[in-house]
Amino acid sequence: MKQTLRLFGQLIIYSGFAAMLWYFSASPAYERVPPGSALIKLSFAHGADRTADCRERTYEELMELAPNMRAPMDCPRLRRDVAIRMKLDNEVVYDDLLAPTGIHGDGPSITYRRFPVPAGTFLLELGLRDSGRQEGYDYVSRKHISLKPGQSLAIDFHAGGTGFIFE
Amino acid sequence: MGSFKAVLRQCLMWVEGWFDVAFGPKWNPVYYLGSLGYFYFWVVAISGLYLYIFIDSGIPAAYLSVEYLTHDQWWLGGIMRSLHRYASDAMVVMVALHVIREFAFDRYRGSRWFSWVTGVPMLWLIVIAGITGYWLVWDTLAQYVAVASTELLDWLPVFGEPVARNFLAPSHLDGRFFTLLIFLHIAVPLVLLFIMWVHLQRVGHARTNPARGLAIGTFAMLLVLSIAAPATSHDMADLSQVPSPVNLDWFFLWMYPAADKAGPAVIWTGAFVGTFVLIIMPWLPPLRKRLPAIVNLDNCNGCSRCAADCPFNAISMTPRSDGTAFEFEATVDNDLCTSCGICVGSCPTATPFRRASDLVPGIDLQDPTLADVRHQIDKQASKLDGEGRVMVFGCDHALQVKKFGNDRTGVVSLPCTGMLPPSFIDYVLSRRLASGVVITGCRRGHCHFRLGHAWTEDRIAGIRDPRLRNRVPRERLTRFWASPTDGKAFAQHVSRFQATVSTLDTIEHCSRDVPETTATISEGEVVS
Repeated sequence: MKQTLRLFGQLIIYSGFAAMLWYFSASPAYERVPPGSALIKLSFAHGADRTADCRERTYEELMELAPNMRAPMDCPRLRRDVAIRMKLDNEVVYDDLLAPTGIHGDGPSITYRRFPVPAGTFLLELGLRDSGRQEGYDYVSRKHISLKPGQSLAIDFHAGGTGFIFE
Repeated sequence: MGSFKAVLRQCLMWVEGWFDVAFGPKWNPVYYLGSLGYFYFWVVAISGLYLYIFIDSGIPAAYLSVEYLTHDQWWLGGIMRSLHRYASDAMVVMVALHVIREFAFDRYRGSRWFSWVTGVPMLWLIVIAGITGYWLVWDTLAQYVAVASTELLDWLPVFGEPVARNFLAPSHLDGRFFTLLIFLHIAVPLVLLFIMWVHLQRVGHARTNPARGLAIGTFAMLLVLSIAAPATSHDMADLSQVPSPVNLDWFFLWMYPAADKAGPAVIWTGAFVGTFVLIIMPWLPPLRKRLPAIVNLDNCNGCSRCAADCPFNAISMTPRSDGTAFEFEATVDNDLCTSCGICVGSCPTATPFRRASDLVPGIDLQDPTLADVRHQIDKQASKLDGEGRVMVFGCDHALQVKKFGNDRTGVVSLPCTGMLPPSFIDYVLSRRLASGVVITGCRRGHCHFRLGHAWTEDRIAGIRDPRLRNRVPRERLTRFWASPTDGKAFAQHVSRFQATVSTLDTIEHCSRDVPETTATISEGEVVS
């Protein structure tokens, strides 16, 4: 009788542990974005113009440099900040000035942003400035987008191509 | 901290007690948490090797190969996949409980710091191994884990360009990514296995396997669970869709929702600060070490029993330094010595019958010395009076025996029951210092110094040196392995034993012609 009770106790403990493993290995379900929502992801890595133009080195300047360092052009490494603005239905949802990366500030400006939005149609406006101009944007995009529930819209940027890329 | 630990200890001892009822001390899983961690690791490793035969790399191929295993080959591949998942989850649970238990019972400070500190990177590696495993399936859960993981990583100022950009859109991803993941998912557990080996380097007689019955039981549980509720995949990953909702494995992936709620800064800060605190915990504050064991070469014959019995590999046998004919001598590493006294209990020269010279065994503690123990026995025995006199040998880390002392019960508390050489039992009974001897210490499988209980039992049973002499009447000896909370049951046990030895005394006194008696009390075990 005692042995039977012990076996029963073991069965309960094993069952309890198994139930815990089973339940928490896949439950409760987790929703990162609210039901019925969509997601806009804006991300790019883009190097803006340098803060000053390149200058040709004089002969004397070149001679002062080590032979292997005699690059004819002297280009400042520091890049400008990249200004980015995103509007949805005329409402600004993201407006930032992205500093260049790198110890010398000569790397690209990078961003990665997620914007959960309710599914539906929006007027999406994007602007990006990477030059020395004080106002306005060098690249702009204005389009109507329609997002279904659960859809993820990725926005990338390539200056050499079409500017903003929607995937 | 002390009161928190005390509460934790009480809870754990309560659970242990009930598990003792169900499993018995030999199979009690609470005593095998670390061993079960190892056991589950091997289940994960073996099932993983099988899955590796079939898993493919590539965007649709990875998902499809797992689907093949899960559905087309459900009878083996599907079961292996489920074993792989559930055993890894079980490993997380066991490791977490193992850490909590070692913390609660203060088994991480002093010379035990090494096992504790080497255990910390294992926590990271277990989590990383689990996460990379979930990526490999490349279903929507894998997509969620991949995106959330890289977003977390991108918070660290390590990567030039956000790693999460690799998962921005379907065009950003290629099949080589899975090759890297498979490499990681194999390399990380291999590193983990290496650290698991390092983890035990300062543990003597390390138990890396659970009791066979427990291993069979827990594997049967995993198998039944794998058949009844097989692990399945979500839909195939699609980066143009938001993976929501996802059925998270909360044993491994809880930090992602936490990062969503609190932000990656909180998660990383918590992880780094938590790791740092765990690493320095053995010195917060440092354990007040008792004086280590010392070797008395005049009485050490280099038999190596102390080295064989030391639970923490603190004793090594080195070439003789005193010019005597013996080949070796025992050498104590003070940094590793926990001052448990188990080596003293193993020393064949630790006999209390010596009166011509001082009681100085080949290896001895400095506080208390074996001579102190004999002095305590003599002192306690001198106070005993009446029938049913018993001498109780207790353990400082188990039931506190001193409060049970009275005119019929002498009490001597040792750092560990394993410090008691069997000849001391003979000493008490043959010199009639008491009519019976009670040995009490930590519950089976729960010895504070790991092996005190086991070696004591083996010495009494005559299967480990030094052995209890045959002339010692076993009916006058009882053992009671219990926790500090079992005082009431212990008092009852002692009371019954006193009645028994009293009867034995009466029988012996009245009729010396009667050679045997049927009145015996053997070993006692209780649960609270």
